[in-house]
Amino acid sequence: MALSREQIAQRISQELQDGYYVNLGIGIPTLVANYIPENMEVMLQSENGLLGMGQFPTEETIDADLINAGKQTVTMVKGASIFDSAESFAMIRGGHVDLTVLGAFEVDTKGNIASYMIPGKLIKGMGGAMDLVAGADNIIVTMTHASKHGDSKLLTNCTLPLTGKGCIKKVLTNLAFIEIKDGKFHLLERAPGVSVEEIIKVTEGELVFEGDVPEMQF
Amino acid sequence: MAGFDKIVSSYEEAMAGIEDGMTVVSGGFGSCGIPENLIKEIYRKETKNLTVVSNNCGIESYGLGLLLPKRQIKKMIASYVGENAEFERQMMTGELEVELTPQGTLAEKIRAGGAGIPAFFTATGYGTQVAEGKENRQFNGREYILEESITGDFAIIKAWKADRYGNLVFRKTARNFNPLAATAGKITVVEVEEIVEVGELDPDQIHTPGIYVDRLIQGTFEKRIEQRTTQPLSATTGE
Repeated sequence: MALSREQIAQRISQELQDGYYVNLGIGIPTLVANYIPENMEVMLQSENGLLGMGQFPTEETIDADLINAGKQTVTMVKGASIFDSAESFAMIRGGHVDLTVLGAFEVDTKGNIASYMIPGKLIKGMGGAMDLVAGADNIIVTMTHASKHGDSKLLTNCTLPLTGKGCIKKVLTNLAFIEIKDGKFHLLERAPGVSVEEIIKVTEGELVFEGDVPEMQF
Repeated sequence: MAGFDKIVSSYEEAMAGIEDGMTVVSGGFGSCGIPENLIKEIYRKETKNLTVVSNNCGIESYGLGLLLPKRQIKKMIASYVGENAEFERQMMTGELEVELTPQGTLAEKIRAGGAGIPAFFTATGYGTQVAEGKENRQFNGREYILEESITGDFAIIKAWKADRYGNLVFRKTARNFNPLAATAGKITVVEVEEIVEVGELDPDQIHTPGIYVDRLIQGTFEKRIEQRTTQPLSATTGE
């Protein structure tokens, strides 16, 4: 079975480490916040200028002056800090964020990522995504493995305008956990009940694996 | 004795001197921390052919979105312009020129502009459309692109508290681009929720020193929320 959005978030949460500063993109990455292990301290960075993002507020505590990068109203955890946008991207560009999780339309075997524009259709802008992929070392891209029409999103060459060049090393899709290395996709894990053959079928770029590919554990 | 007294008595006075074709740098992220009344004044004056620099361009009928129906913006420099149908329409038809700029690069362009630094190298955007026509250079084996800084004829700012010297304190994530924009205007205009006596603000807690501020006005704010997300009271542990 392909992973649900929640399962994708849950699998990513296994990559968290105690003491990590983490930036979560809009969409599935945001859900990772729901699966931070209880015995672990993790600080969420929101690039509009907040380190230590908390949960959504209640109707009583809602504050128009406190939002996240998705413009949603949020709260702060104890020990949070607030800063301006230049400081926020100094953290990101300077490589101080330990893990970045973001969505994409396509990735390719060279580690390129396309995530912000579909020419003629969707031109909303890159927001902070280009800075995040250029600044972070540890990035996990999450997306569905193929489009609704079955077209692979893991390609030899991205077809859409790039968000970043040669910067992606890990991809978690609804079918597989993949590492990008030496110009190839390396299949590390597969979703429970999904065969290697099924993954190969929807992976356009060269996919390699060693021995029995383990199933993801939850 | 005017001295360092930056207070003006009306929004008309606050935006006096803004002319067609000028560049305006605005603080704000989404609808959070935007100088909503200063934007309304630009709308009222019907100033046209503006180049506007801001992370976003408001939503329909609020924030910088107000300046769209009368085609007051000629060129928009922003990182994210979604959720605004009129903006999209003007962009698609070519009525509005748009320079999409990565958010961190935009922040640094404004910061550098205000700090007298004409350009800087960044890895952000290397190998993408953003890099087209820009100088590349390698440092320590990595490729970077040259980005030029930004200044404006006017900077429009929303802060929380100020004293009449123009020392500013921002509140929560309404800070965002505001302190940067404040440094980058030939004329920097600030609207605040409260003006306190000189000496009341703790010098250690001032975010923007008054040297950057030319005009100051106290206003009332709608503070519209774009994405109202909440949860039941019992589930919260935040703040």
